Amino acid sequence: MIDAGLTPEERRRFQDIAVIRRILAESRTIGVVGLSGERQRASHFVATYLQRAGYRVIPVNPGWDMILGETTYPDLASVPVPLDLVVVFRRGQETLGVAEQAIAAGVPRIWFQLRIPARDAAERAAAAGLEVVMDKCIKIEHGRFGGTLAWAGMNTGIVSAKKALPTPRSR
Amino acid sequence: MTAAEKPAIPAAQSRRFGFETRMLHAGHIPDAAVGARAVPIYQTTSFVFDDTEMAAQLFELRQYGNIYTRIGNPTTAVFEERVASLEGATGAVATSSGMAAQLVALMTLLSPGDEIVASSHLYGGTVTQFTHTFKKLSIGVRFVDPTRLGNWEQAITPATRALFGETIGNPRGSILDLAPLAGLADSKSIPLIVDNTFATPYLCRPIEHGATIVIHSATKFIGGHGNSIGGVIAESGRFDYSAFPTIAGPSASYHGLRFFETFGHYGYLMKARAETVRDTGACLSPMNAFLLLQGLETLSLRMDRHTANALTVAEFLRDHPAVAWVSYAGLPDHPDHGLAKKYLGGRPGAVFSFGLKAEGGDARAAGRRFIESLQLFSHLANVGDARSLVIHPASTTHQQLSDTELEAAGVGAELVRLSIGLETADDLLWDLDQALGAPS
Repeated sequence: MIDAGLTPEERRRFQDIAVIRRILAESRTIGVVGLSGERQRASHFVATYLQRAGYRVIPVNPGWDMILGETTYPDLASVPVPLDLVVVFRRGQETLGVAEQAIAAGVPRIWFQLRIPARDAAERAAAAGLEVVMDKCIKIEHGRFGGTLAWAGMNTGIVSAKKALPTPRSR
Repeated sequence: MTAAEKPAIPAAQSRRFGFETRMLHAGHIPDAAVGARAVPIYQTTSFVFDDTEMAAQLFELRQYGNIYTRIGNPTTAVFEERVASLEGATGAVATSSGMAAQLVALMTLLSPGDEIVASSHLYGGTVTQFTHTFKKLSIGVRFVDPTRLGNWEQAITPATRALFGETIGNPRGSILDLAPLAGLADSKSIPLIVDNTFATPYLCRPIEHGATIVIHSATKFIGGHGNSIGGVIAESGRFDYSAFPTIAGPSASYHGLRFFETFGHYGYLMKARAETVRDTGACLSPMNAFLLLQGLETLSLRMDRHTANALTVAEFLRDHPAVAWVSYAGLPDHPDHGLAKKYLGGRPGAVFSFGLKAEGGDARAAGRRFIESLQLFSHLANVGDARSLVIHPASTTHQQLSDTELEAAGVGAELVRLSIGLETADDLLWDLDQALGAPS
């Protein structure tokens, strides 16, 4: 499977460029549900990337006490700090439960990672007023709009004659 | 670092820009520091790291960034993204030549003992690479007459890992029937690799017809001016590699990293760059990337002119008394004219061959006389230059073969290959006419 096979209407609702950019720009503390402590797993790569990009990552995984130097919590209800965003690395059938936890915890935004079928969870979160992204990788999207994905020779789909904005790192 | 980085790309838009706009803009945004409008040439071997932690994460492939030009370079990356955009691919990896593009594209997929099935209507250098160099790597190659789908199907075995063909075959000019072949590849869960060199993405985009991997000798029409050797591999991002051992399995050189699981639709290209290009050293130089980008910026204009001139020349030769035959699928009587219309808008590139009438029976001598009489066509071993080119295989690239062997290779002693350039069409016809009429 390459992706979750969203319809054009689902892509319009759950892959909106303006929503993605707002989430990347405004989030500071990110709960990562299903973050693995194993170094070569995709979730570990993504969380490492997010930390380096300046976000605080709060790992949520009942199997681990500490990941990437951060205390790890068994579920979203146990996280003692307010989260700006929840990123979900769980199987499709577990995503609805994660959405319910995020709603109960008052998290304003939820992001279901690439290749995870999460339609019911996305609909539930959207109905509760959360901003939702589905079937996208947050590392890829950050790299796309941060100007670094292009260095990997990937097709960002971005065409612009405007000068790039300075980033904190390049100032 | 305490605050998250603000997005560095200025405008958020979802507009799908046209081909010509992307020829000029895709892959390059004027940088924040100086705003250079042309693509800067980053003529450097290596890149200073922010700090030791960032260096470690770059080497582990956890971060996007630049390490060493053998693996990636910002100028080369513009070329890669631009080709990916024009081909409708998810990304691309540039290589030192078209031959390197083939080698890297296939080595990334294959292990010793694997096989590929390839069209027999291929560039001779490709046949040699597949037959001899791949043999040293214990890769088996089965060549098939590409015109019957059943030939491909019969040649596929459990060891087959890729199907390979050229959109426009060199030098015969036959057109690959892409859609049914892609359907066959899909039904067997094998990627179809298409060499799109002669067509360019302006005339045909194989991914739109189901191909997984598209490769180019960028030396030809992409560069377009005969000044730089280069190649590129683009991938669709639509192929499921989850059961494909080399892409899905653990990488010994990255601590068990599974490229498909970790990078998803980027997995194949990440592996091609971070393992195959890294280890073979078959990288493109930034200077050549810049020159190839200059070519891409005028690709549509040149291909319009190349194909218009090619049709004019083909029609002239078809009606010339000293010419035995012309093989250009742009002519209505060519057996592949229907495929040329289906896949190439009826404009199958600007490289084709024709046969000289050998009055005295000595076709090789007639070929030599014709080549030596030309004033405007350059006699050399390349195609896709802005200038018109000519070669007579029987007296050059294939001169060691007997007449019988030439016929078996599909390259008769009377065959002349042309690559039609951008000159005034009447001048090309004048030159061909005077050379065809040269006294023996």
